[in-house]
Amino acid sequence: MSEAPAIEAEGLVKNYGKTRALTGLDLVVPAGTVYGLLGPNGAGKTTAVRVFATLLRPDGGRAQVLGHDVVNQAAEVRRRIGVTGQYAALDEYLTGRANLVMIGQLSRLTASAARRRADEMLERFSLTDAAARAVKTYSGGMRRRLDLAASLIGYPSVLFLDEPTTGLDPNARAMTWELVRELAAEGTTLLLTTQYLEEADQLARRVAVIDGGAVIAEGTPDQLKSAVGGEHLEVVLAFGSDVEAAITAVKPYATGSIQPDEDGLRLSVPVTAAEGLTTRVVRALDNAGVQVNDVTMQRASLDDVFLSLTGHLSGSEDDSEGSDAA
Amino acid sequence: MSAITAELVPERDVTYGRSPLSHFAADVWVLTKRSIARIRREPETLADVTIQPVIFILMFAYVFGGAIALAGGGNYHEYLIGGMLGMGLAQTAPGVAVAMVTDMSTGLIDRFRSLPMSRWAVLAARSIAELLTQMIGAVVVAGVGLAIGWRVHTNAADVIAAFALALLFGYAFTWAGICLGMTLRSPEAAQQAGFILFLPMIFISCAFVPIQGMPGWLQPIAEWNPMSAIATACRKLFGNPNPAAAIDSWPLQHPELAVLCWSAVMLAVFAPLAVHLYRRKALG
Repeated sequence: MSEAPAIEAEGLVKNYGKTRALTGLDLVVPAGTVYGLLGPNGAGKTTAVRVFATLLRPDGGRAQVLGHDVVNQAAEVRRRIGVTGQYAALDEYLTGRANLVMIGQLSRLTASAARRRADEMLERFSLTDAAARAVKTYSGGMRRRLDLAASLIGYPSVLFLDEPTTGLDPNARAMTWELVRELAAEGTTLLLTTQYLEEADQLARRVAVIDGGAVIAEGTPDQLKSAVGGEHLEVVLAFGSDVEAAITAVKPYATGSIQPDEDGLRLSVPVTAAEGLTTRVVRALDNAGVQVNDVTMQRASLDDVFLSLTGHLSGSEDDSEGSDAA
Repeated sequence: MSAITAELVPERDVTYGRSPLSHFAADVWVLTKRSIARIRREPETLADVTIQPVIFILMFAYVFGGAIALAGGGNYHEYLIGGMLGMGLAQTAPGVAVAMVTDMSTGLIDRFRSLPMSRWAVLAARSIAELLTQMIGAVVVAGVGLAIGWRVHTNAADVIAAFALALLFGYAFTWAGICLGMTLRSPEAAQQAGFILFLPMIFISCAFVPIQGMPGWLQPIAEWNPMSAIATACRKLFGNPNPAAAIDSWPLQHPELAVLCWSAVMLAVFAPLAVHLYRRKALG
């Protein structure tokens, strides 16, 4: 699946009055993958998604979805996308089924196809039992599921998920993750925004870190992690071990300076991960007569990536995204 | 398990390729059905065209009516219905505003805008659903009117003309309500704004009381108030007591024409404005 990218943005700029929501965002999302947009509140994630979904006209730059310009060919884009926002966009007074049939028909399905498709989706999202109830009687998790179903009813090739798991309980979150994986397996391109580094790590093939309305880092989760400091071995020494001897023993394997912790029982050894490395280090320590309680390979988390790139932790910034300018 | 995405949806399952007009009509129909379904599930949403006019009619007929003297005489119950008809239909506008704000704030309008549907179908469907509601309101007003002694003294053509004018007038107000809804942020604000804007408009008119009893400085405002035009037109066409006919003011001398003009002006201003506001919201 290495044909034309599903989403391509060049120098996107969007201002809300004096607030600069996007400051020249560049992005290439390959077709058929799960792509994560990662950033704190106010970074511009939602604004970017709204531009791609033809809901917002950019002030500068251009964006294409499946080769169609989001401004000049919005109609072409709309027939190929599905959008799920942070809040369930449903008619509270209609039944779950009536909502899906309505969205299906407005997605240009014929009435009978919309009904068939609605029943399929209700089944797939385990909502068949609640199908005849008004949405206002639904729980939060059921609404999200129905909302997802609604965004899929028109057979989208590209699906935008704007913070799909924000506010969900762990069960519902696991379900959403499972669904994302299924959709990706079926060939859908998914662009997913999240504040949760773990979520991006779990789901996304590639990740763009956004801060201040532009992409500040891009790559696979692994690339991002190694760019930030890569791996290190955590060596826990037995009480009373010779720290100096231990450092000397592991030095040949280190790619940087070795940091013992305050009580001298734990060493953090920067390394380049390789086959059998841990074994060799343990053997070297053993040969040097150092008693070891534990050796584990530690990899930088996306949290570390985020912290080192932006200088603050994800979600620690609380200014609002430009979404209220809708 | 059914595959969720398909690059190619079966040709016979989609309506692409039909004319834009047929798409527009289909979308308007789907969305109008949505509003009707809502009314069927929650008939209390019709309160503003059913219970509310009934309360107004009964209050004015039996509480205030006795204290209101009609210049030139005449039965107040017969006088009341002409005013009530226009007022009853126009006062649904705040409800339209609330419905629009609600759709905006729940993100439903955003969802509609991300679909390949006709862009103005949302507004057109809202106005048509409201027209259907107003027809129910007109029937309620006429029914209660007949029960309290209101009678028409003209022919069927005049009565039909009166109802048609009232519905046209109400339809024009719907577009004002849509505009109002699009400029406000919360359903509560829409409710408040509707109350503040429409209440003076209803009462500084001859909808319930003759203009002759108002202070001189207020009379020109009441005379040119569109609400007076519709009340006077209906009274004239029903052959009911119509004190305003004695006032030498253009809209009261030509009330049917005045209603047509006011409706045309309101539609010409508010319909394009509604579309503009919708577009502006759409494009951020």
